[in-house]
Amino acid sequence: MKIRYLCSLLVLVLLIGIAQPLPTRASTFHYTYTYNIWGVPIPSPDAYRVTAYLLGESLGIGHFHRPQDLFVIGNKIYVADSGNNRVVVIVANEDGTHEVAQVIEHAMLDGAPTTFNFPSGIFVSDWGDIWLSDTDNHRILHVDSYWNVITEIGRPERSQLLPTDDFLPSKLVVDFTGRLFVQVIHVNRGLMEFDRYGEFAVYMGAAPVHVSVIDQFWRRIATQEQRERRQIFIPTEYNSVSIDSEGFLFVTNTNDNVDSVRRLNAMGDDVLIRNGLFYIEGDVVYGDAAGIDGPSQLIDIAPLPNETFIAFDRVRGRLFAYDFQGNLLFVFGGRGAREGFFMEPTAIDNMGYTLFALCAGNNTITRFDLTEYGLAINRGLELYRRGLYEESVFYWQEVLRMNGNFGMAYVGMARAMLRQGYYRDAMRYFRLENDRIGYGRAFGFFRRQWMEDNFWIFALAVGVLVIVPPVVKKVLHVRREIYES
Amino acid sequence: MTKTSLGNQSRFDFDRYVKSLRYSLFVIRKPLAGYWDLIHEGYGTMAAAHTIVAVAIIVQILRITLTNFQFMWFNPEMFNVVIVMLQILLPLLLWVVANWSLTTLFDGKGKLSDIYMGTAYALTPLIIIDAALIPMSHVITFEEGQIYWMLTSLAGLWFVLLVLCAMKEIHDYSFGKAIATSVISIIVIGIIMFIFIMFFAVVSDGIAYFVSIIQELAFRFDLSLGFN
Repeated sequence: MKIRYLCSLLVLVLLIGIAQPLPTRASTFHYTYTYNIWGVPIPSPDAYRVTAYLLGESLGIGHFHRPQDLFVIGNKIYVADSGNNRVVVIVANEDGTHEVAQVIEHAMLDGAPTTFNFPSGIFVSDWGDIWLSDTDNHRILHVDSYWNVITEIGRPERSQLLPTDDFLPSKLVVDFTGRLFVQVIHVNRGLMEFDRYGEFAVYMGAAPVHVSVIDQFWRRIATQEQRERRQIFIPTEYNSVSIDSEGFLFVTNTNDNVDSVRRLNAMGDDVLIRNGLFYIEGDVVYGDAAGIDGPSQLIDIAPLPNETFIAFDRVRGRLFAYDFQGNLLFVFGGRGAREGFFMEPTAIDNMGYTLFALCAGNNTITRFDLTEYGLAINRGLELYRRGLYEESVFYWQEVLRMNGNFGMAYVGMARAMLRQGYYRDAMRYFRLENDRIGYGRAFGFFRRQWMEDNFWIFALAVGVLVIVPPVVKKVLHVRREIYES
Repeated sequence: MTKTSLGNQSRFDFDRYVKSLRYSLFVIRKPLAGYWDLIHEGYGTMAAAHTIVAVAIIVQILRITLTNFQFMWFNPEMFNVVIVMLQILLPLLLWVVANWSLTTLFDGKGKLSDIYMGTAYALTPLIIIDAALIPMSHVITFEEGQIYWMLTSLAGLWFVLLVLCAMKEIHDYSFGKAIATSVISIIVIGIIMFIFIMFFAVVSDGIAYFVSIIQELAFRFDLSLGFN
């Protein structure tokens, strides 16, 4: 009998255990979303909206063909139209229209035209010089603003490239001292750095490889053959490089063992701040439907003026906005062949806060402009970053009016409250975003204030503890003496 | 427990129960002497052991729900009391079974109930420290969290030491043998879990096989069995 009761109890317990509460989730598609503190995607108002969808045909120059890179400077957009072996310069007019300013089919080398072969990286400096990765010609062209070649950088002699490896330069940037950093395809030692005369200097910024203890264990017990078949742990190859306003280099890679996004200083050290709730690697949760699976693969970064940066995901065609602390702000985009969607993302760049995203699948450039919501976020962040928390409150309230799920706004409010001495409110707002450190700080101040305000309780307690026992002792003593006498 | 006769149910001895419960406070301070008397001199009762386990579950639930968020990453949406219960009960059960299976082979003196009782009594410091940590989490800040984490590890360490002492006294082992059997018990737990998981996997595959056969037949003969 007893056994039967026990068994039925066990079964009951198991059944209840299996019946986990199912969290309700919105299943409908949202163009823009963000993640709450539990890593659940939740819809968000659009922060960016498509304002122009540029096709080569509509610009009157014939369709783009597999364009690989674009670079924005001033109001000019330089597109490396790789498949057509040309560079297209597009001007964005004040009124929101776009027109082609130039189509460059060749550069002038020693007075003779030299054509391009799949150019896949372009950079234009403040002083007008242009660098072009002429990938399939195995060279980098440094030209002046009239496309006269200043330096032709070929395969570097001292670079320790294997004889079997082609020199395939791709994305490139030049810093304000004229140093050239090139991401070269199949090179895993980091970026190739060239001095201002085009001489190869050094490899910089190779990503360290983290091998987990478990992997080490398996490698140790694996046979030689198994070891060869497994993924090899080599330093990763970067797939893009961009430079931000302070001269730091943003590089991305798609290796699981390495941070997806790194921000390199002049020494090649990673200085990216990662204080967000999630890793800076794109989607926190992802499905694997319709042949699209696996984690996001970030392939380019657009650093915005307020140190927010936008990362472009190749797998799902999404754009991820992270603030200067590494908090995920919002995600938008998707895979598809219509406005605001991408089939094969290749590059992204920004004109102020305006984004231009390049897609080699749709052969389009998509222009995104901030909405009222995105504007409020960026204005708030701008002030917040400079420590003007009180001033940023206005924008955070604005943001929260449009989206109560925007976590950063609560932290911004809390910071302002903390600075103004409203510790209780600061604690409440920090709590909403599970900011433990912030909460702890606010609580510390609150506790001190409470203790100061209620000091009499402590004084009384100490007084009671110090005074009462001797008095009681004395009284008892006296009483005993009286009693005994 | 003394039984008067077979037909007469032994009455619940409340005084003895309270005494055995209070004895847990002695056991955690003087585990070697305490455990010997607990098991071999009849100072402990199963009722007290059950109580300690129940209280441990309750304290664990309270700890998850009432601890300040600075020290507990707790999503109320995903919280399930039964899961918390099983998180304590299943390891306990597995441990007791695994340890008993092992020690009977290595001339351990303990019965199944002895091992259960010893392990249950070892939960006492966890209960006390965890219960104290709940209010404490509300008066310290995250930056002062060192002391909090230190206390949690202290509770864990105390628990482990108590379990080892319990093993030694219950089975009348040397300390080295107690540690060795405990470590092997943990491996045995792994083996038991592996067998269970494999069993369930095989059974569910088997069921899926027959389901697919029936499905196939239903499609072939256009029967509506709720599949299509």
